[in-house]
Amino acid sequence: MIENKTVQTPKGMVEYLEGGTGPDLVFLHGTGGVTADSPFLKALATKYHVRAPFLPGYGESEDNPEIRDMLDVTLHTFDVLDALGVSKPILVGHSLGGMVAAEMAAVAPNDVDRLCLIAAAGLWIDTYPVPDMFSLLPRELPEYLFHDVAAGTALMTSNVSMSDPKFLIPFLVRNARQLGMAGKLLFPIPERGLKDRIHRIKARTVLVWGDSDRMFPAPYAQAFKAAIKGSELVSVPEAGHMVIVEQTPAVMAAIGRLG
Amino acid sequence: MKFTWFNLMPWPYLPDDFREKNRSVWVDIDSNLYDPVRGHVVYNDYLDLLEYADTLGFDGVGINEHHQNGYGLMPSPNIMAAALTRRTSKAAVVVLGNSIALYNPPIRVAEEFAMLDVMSGGRLVAGFPVGTSMDTNFCYGQIPALTREKYAEAHDMIIRAWTEDKPFAFNGRYNKLRHVNIWPKSLQKPHPPIHIPGGGSVETYDFCIDNTYSYSYLSFSGYLRAKALLAGYWDQVVKRNAPDTSPYRAGFAQTVFVAETDAEAERLYSEHAFYFYNRCLHVFAGFADAPGYRTVKTIQSGALNQYGRPEYPKLTWKDLVDGGYIIAGSPETVRQRFEDLIKGLNVGNIFLLLHVGNMPKDLCMYSTKLFAEKVMPHLRNMWPDYDDDNRFWCSPLAERAQPAPLGPDFAPALTSATQPQMVPAK
Repeated sequence: MIENKTVQTPKGMVEYLEGGTGPDLVFLHGTGGVTADSPFLKALATKYHVRAPFLPGYGESEDNPEIRDMLDVTLHTFDVLDALGVSKPILVGHSLGGMVAAEMAAVAPNDVDRLCLIAAAGLWIDTYPVPDMFSLLPRELPEYLFHDVAAGTALMTSNVSMSDPKFLIPFLVRNARQLGMAGKLLFPIPERGLKDRIHRIKARTVLVWGDSDRMFPAPYAQAFKAAIKGSELVSVPEAGHMVIVEQTPAVMAAIGRLG
Repeated sequence: MKFTWFNLMPWPYLPDDFREKNRSVWVDIDSNLYDPVRGHVVYNDYLDLLEYADTLGFDGVGINEHHQNGYGLMPSPNIMAAALTRRTSKAAVVVLGNSIALYNPPIRVAEEFAMLDVMSGGRLVAGFPVGTSMDTNFCYGQIPALTREKYAEAHDMIIRAWTEDKPFAFNGRYNKLRHVNIWPKSLQKPHPPIHIPGGGSVETYDFCIDNTYSYSYLSFSGYLRAKALLAGYWDQVVKRNAPDTSPYRAGFAQTVFVAETDAEAERLYSEHAFYFYNRCLHVFAGFADAPGYRTVKTIQSGALNQYGRPEYPKLTWKDLVDGGYIIAGSPETVRQRFEDLIKGLNVGNIFLLLHVGNMPKDLCMYSTKLFAEKVMPHLRNMWPDYDDDNRFWCSPLAERAQPAPLGPDFAPALTSATQPQMVPAK
C-alpha cells in the first residue's frame, strides 16, 4: 500500500509517496514524475520502506521560484530527507532523479553510502548528443523511452485526449509546472557540472541501464561507470529508458546488490 | 494614429516543397537554403523599402529580432536600425525590439538603444519582448522557467542605466555589475518610449499598464481573431485603474495589400500571401512553447500560442480575406477594414506588414504607395481625443543633423572658424 503524504521543508510543502517495510530507501523520480499506482514503487515496497518525494511543481509539491539550479535542488532534497527523518537511506534515482542523486552523493559523499543510478541524466558526450527532449511531441516520446515502442505508446496514450480543452488545459498546466521545474536542470542540455564533482562520490554504487535506452544511450552508462570508482553496471536487455517499467524485476535485483 | 511600416525581413527563396521537406522554418531550418550572395541584395532591398516608407510619410519604420529563422533575417535589429538612422529623416525608428533576457549583460541594450536614440536625433521607439520560445529557449538556450525572472531583472537594469545620473552598483541574480554608468545616455528623457510585444500573457498586460508602456500584439492571424485578446487587455487596463484607455496604450500588426481593385489585389498578391502563411509560418510544434516558458496563469486563461498550428495551408485567398488574416483590396476596401480594425481593437499604433513573404521590391512599393496616398490620409483622425497623447511615441529634436552631401563634387571647405591656427612659438 503506497500512500500520498506531505511534509514541510524550508522551501515549501513537499508531497511524497510512502509504503512498505524494510531498510530505508528513497526514490527520486524522473522527468515524468511518479504516482502511487506505479508498479515499480509497489515492487520496491515489498522489500523496503520506500519514500518517494516529489520535486517542486510535481503533484502537490509547492512550486518554488527560489529553487533555480542544481545546488538548490541538491540541498533541498537533503532538506526533504531531514524533514522525513531519513538518514543514509539507499538512494535510488531514475533519469532526472538519478542526476539529483548523483549530485547529492558528490556534494556530501559522507552522507550517501548506497547509491543506485538508473538511466541517469547529468553527463554530456559530444559524440552522443542527448535528444532535445523538450521539443519532442507527445507522440514522439515513446520511441525514446521504451524498448517496446508499441506497448509504451499504449501506456502513454491511455486516458489522453488532446483535442478536449477540459483535458488539454490541465495537461498543459501540469506540463508547465513539472517540465518547467525539470528544465531548470535539463534545459537545453542536461549537464550542470556533475563531471567536475562526480569523483567525490564514495557510495557503493550500482548503475542500471536499459540496453535500448535511446534517451541516454549506452555510452552514458559507461561514462558513469568510468567516473564513479568501484561502481557496478547492470545492463538490462529488452529495456529502454523506462527500464523501471519494462523490466522491474531486473531493476529490483540490481538494487538488491546494495544490501 | 501612428502607422509603422514594418518589415520582418523574410528569406524570399524558400523552395516550393519547403513544407514537405523541412519540419520547421525556425530553429533547425536547413542552413543550406540561405545564400549570402542573394542575401546581400535582399538586405539592401529591404532597407530600400523601409527608407521608401519614410519618404511617403509613414510615422515609423519597424524592425524586430529573430534567430535562426527563415522569415526573420534580423538576429540583430540594432544593426538595421543603425543603417536606417542615416537614410531616413522623419520616421520613428521602431525597434520592436531587443529580447532583453538574451543580452549578457543587458546593459548592452541600454547602450545600443541610447546610441540609436542619439544617432537618430531622438527618433527611437524601443521595444522589449520576452521573445518567442523558439528564439529565447530553443535558439538562445535560456531556461524556460527562469526566462521571465531574467527578463524582469534586465528591464530594471536598463531603466536604471538610462535614468540614474550617477554611477551605481547593480547586484542582480543574473547580472552583477559594480559600475553601471552608460555613455552615451539616451537623448529622449527620461528614456525612449517603450512598446512591449506580447501574445496574451496576463503578466505582460499588467507590466505595460503599471509602467505606461504600449502593449503590442504582433499577430499574424489578423484583427478578427485578435478581438478577444485585446478585449482582455482593455478589461485589465480598467481593472487595474489605469488613468485612461488611450488607444496608444496598444498596438497591432496587420498584414495588408493594396491594389487598384479587390480583384487586382488577389491577382498581384495571393502567391506572396500563400508563401508567407504556408512556408514562413511552418514552425515545428515542438518548438512553439517550451514547458515553463508560459506561466500557469497564462495557460489557465486559455490563451493558445499562435505558432505550431496546422491550419494555415488549408486557407484560400478568400479565407484569408474573409477571416481577417489579411486586409487586401482596393484603397476603399482597405480603408473600411482598417476603420473596423482600429475601432474594434481600440488601437492607436498600427504595424503594417506591407512586405509579405516573397514579394518583390517593386510590387511592395506599389502597394505601399497606394496605402500611403489613398488609405492612410483617411485614417489619420480616428482618435481626436488623444491627439496630444505623446507618452507612447518618440519626441525627436526639432533640428537634426543630416548626412553630408558627399559625392564627386564634394570638397571640404574650411571657414575662418575652422582654419587651423598657427601656434606661436614660445
